[in-house]
Amino acid sequence: MAETDFAIELKGITKTFGTVVANDGINLSVKNGEILALLGENGSGKTTLMNMLSGIYHPDSGSIFVRGKEISIYSPKDAFVLGIGMIHQHFKLVDILSARDNIVMGTKPEKRKNGISLSAEIANISKKFELEVDPNKKVYSMSVSEKQTVEILKVLYRGANILILDEPTAVLTPQETERLFNILRRMRNEGCAIIIITHKLNEVLAISDRVTILRKGKSVETVITAETSAGKLTELMVGRPVELSIDRPETKKEANLLEVYHLTVTNADGYKALNDVAFSLSGGEILGVAGVAGSGQKELCEAIAGLIKVNEGAILYKKENIVGKTPAEIIKAGISMSFIPEDRLGMGLVASMDITHNMLLKSYKIGKSFLLNRKPARDLATKLVERLEINTPSINTPVRQLSGGNVQKVLLGREIESHPTLLITAYPVRGLDIKSSYTIYDLLNEQKQNGVAVLFIGEDLDVLLELCDRIMVLCHGEVTGIADASKVSKEQLGLMMTGEKMNGEAKTNE
Amino acid sequence: MNDNLPLKSAGKHEPIARIVKRKELSKKQAVLLRVFAFLLAIIAGGVFIWLMGKNPLEAYKLIIKGAFVGSERNPLSSIQATVIVGVPLLIVSLGLSFAFKMKFWNIGAEGQIIMGGIFASYFALFHSNLPHLILLLIMFFAGAVGGGLWGLIPSVFKVRFGTNETLFTLMLNYIALYTVMYLEGGPWQGTPGFASIAQFNSNAWLPQVGGVHIGWIFALLLVVIVYIYLNHTKSGYEISVVGESQATAHYAGMNVKKIILRTMFISGAICGIAGMIQVSGNDYTLSTGITGGVGFTGITVAWLSQLNPFVIAVVTAIFSILKNGSGVMQSDLFLDASATNVLQGIILFFFLGCEFFIRYTFVFGIRRKSK
Repeated sequence: MAETDFAIELKGITKTFGTVVANDGINLSVKNGEILALLGENGSGKTTLMNMLSGIYHPDSGSIFVRGKEISIYSPKDAFVLGIGMIHQHFKLVDILSARDNIVMGTKPEKRKNGISLSAEIANISKKFELEVDPNKKVYSMSVSEKQTVEILKVLYRGANILILDEPTAVLTPQETERLFNILRRMRNEGCAIIIITHKLNEVLAISDRVTILRKGKSVETVITAETSAGKLTELMVGRPVELSIDRPETKKEANLLEVYHLTVTNADGYKALNDVAFSLSGGEILGVAGVAGSGQKELCEAIAGLIKVNEGAILYKKENIVGKTPAEIIKAGISMSFIPEDRLGMGLVASMDITHNMLLKSYKIGKSFLLNRKPARDLATKLVERLEINTPSINTPVRQLSGGNVQKVLLGREIESHPTLLITAYPVRGLDIKSSYTIYDLLNEQKQNGVAVLFIGEDLDVLLELCDRIMVLCHGEVTGIADASKVSKEQLGLMMTGEKMNGEAKTNE
Repeated sequence: MNDNLPLKSAGKHEPIARIVKRKELSKKQAVLLRVFAFLLAIIAGGVFIWLMGKNPLEAYKLIIKGAFVGSERNPLSSIQATVIVGVPLLIVSLGLSFAFKMKFWNIGAEGQIIMGGIFASYFALFHSNLPHLILLLIMFFAGAVGGGLWGLIPSVFKVRFGTNETLFTLMLNYIALYTVMYLEGGPWQGTPGFASIAQFNSNAWLPQVGGVHIGWIFALLLVVIVYIYLNHTKSGYEISVVGESQATAHYAGMNVKKIILRTMFISGAICGIAGMIQVSGNDYTLSTGITGGVGFTGITVAWLSQLNPFVIAVVTAIFSILKNGSGVMQSDLFLDASATNVLQGIILFFFLGCEFFIRYTFVFGIRRKSK
């Protein structure tokens, strides 16, 4: 077979779940030595389609061709025999085992007895693709990026030469993403066929050779990456042109609403997650927080929201110290603060409950009666579904059945409706598609214009620079600088993220 | 590359059937499916009886007769007996649904029933000269406190030290059981030489309504009360949230620890009341046989009913009919006692299996239709 032959061809793939048509006559192909990006909004059927290639689901109709032959894939084992390897969004690793054990798990003993030692074999693959990982390191002690490397090694060890990656960069820092892309390019040069699922346009443009766009379960078009642009792709994905810039409306400078001094939080292993953090935030301002994942962002949010213990320092809300108050006490004290946690379904919402009951979460205590009054929550749910265009069969649908963007709208909508004066958002657009992300930015700007103080924990530096008024950079739990977003460059932020303290000129207050 | 080799083997092991999530069934369809499962269970059970060399129709007739048709002297006697079987099971299942709704694995209903019985018995044995109504009320609250404390202990440890409630509640069952044994042979011994507690003074007996102790009215009232509590009160909402995600509950400003303690006290207290009703309404004494195993059967009933109080009432009725009726069938047909257990097992199997088919279905012969 020639090099240019298709590694995979899908023709007219359809898959329904109950009444939901997840995939509707999808066509797609990928060649050996090619990286194909599969682009689509959340809920457009990308993951479902790939799960059929990896044998997790079976299509209702349509054909799958692998290297020119029509085949049926009934189990992950079949996929694996065909050389198809999938790297899932949520890693499928056993935490207490070492990298090596995870890599060989599930392979037959014969394969393991072919003369060379396991470690040597793994080392070979590692070297070939520059995948650095210590085979003896336990998975639980690995960083997200290392775990992903193990996942990739796992499928390569099993001889996969068709790789599917489901939103691999969602959990990576910019540097780690670049590293991953280098690995993928190397694999492509070795002749692997790669499908990468993503909805980040800049990544699509950076890594792929061709792009297949899915919209509402249908494959709308396949374009050559070099001949397209971000705007064109968005238009294909959303179905209409979308403005790709974020506003930064000017607001009147108000008095400081939140002041944080010497905030130190020690986590369970005695490590200082936050160390002597100080900053201020005023009404009508969006303060961005940048930093490599795990630099203390989560602790900062949870400390302010009263969810974790503060070891030292003060958090002043309108000059009143709220350190030591539980969330209930903060509400009781009349402080209207809203926190949009990173873990939406695990903390901000109750996954199995419907929109109405999730609205109740913050308001159920209102009133003296011991009985639950669902009426206001139901009205609020109806109103939010309409106003934020939440895509849901009804307000009685469990929120876990909604797509990521709609889940976020439910959460953000509920919090905004409580008319907070302080809004803390942790990665509010993580996992959301472009359209939903811009809706969220608009909502945050709207709050800012209403005089709300917004703390925005972000990961995309471009977004932080466009949306925020000031950006605070955290590194290992310490503030390495607070800069005026209009005067600081991405490179400067990048340096601060790695621990370099900011020099005088870009500094704003304090 | 070895292109041809893998292609041959892949897709060869086409499975006979696949499990597929089915379209959401309408309420009517789900009910029909359950009725169908019930019929299948009857047929399968019939085959079993037939294999035992008995007439299945005769056997089922005897079960119905045993559960409903009384003697000539008292036509209601069988129904009364069935209700007596059902009352503690219903109360305990309702009590357990509190804990289960919160995802607190309370396996300790047995112990909670017994402690309720012990606390109530103390007043029946040593304060029987109190006015009838007051004595019964005191016994009622004593039972609730006894069971409640037995539910509270494991939850205190869970909340403070993160202990495993499954083991803890299970172990407390034995402590409660051996406490009764100690009392039987020790301080509360009735007749010297016999390890048993004396019968209560009739002043401590529950009054009867319709030939059955008044506990059945309480049990039915409790169905409604539990339904309202779990579905229409703020506390009930808190239980659901805590059961789903403690992080969310904490985030929403709920006092998770307080909710766990309160809910487990209620769960235990309801089981304790079942114990009080047993000693005062049926046994008229305290013995190790007080629970009749309902603390465990109740777990099955609660889950089978998906923690819905009204469904719990229906499932309890079916269990009680089966239990009481099959006893009669067994003696009339000279079947071994274990045969009725097998029969009950078969019926339960179909019921539980049916829940799977409500959500999933098998697809046979799955070659793709369109090319």
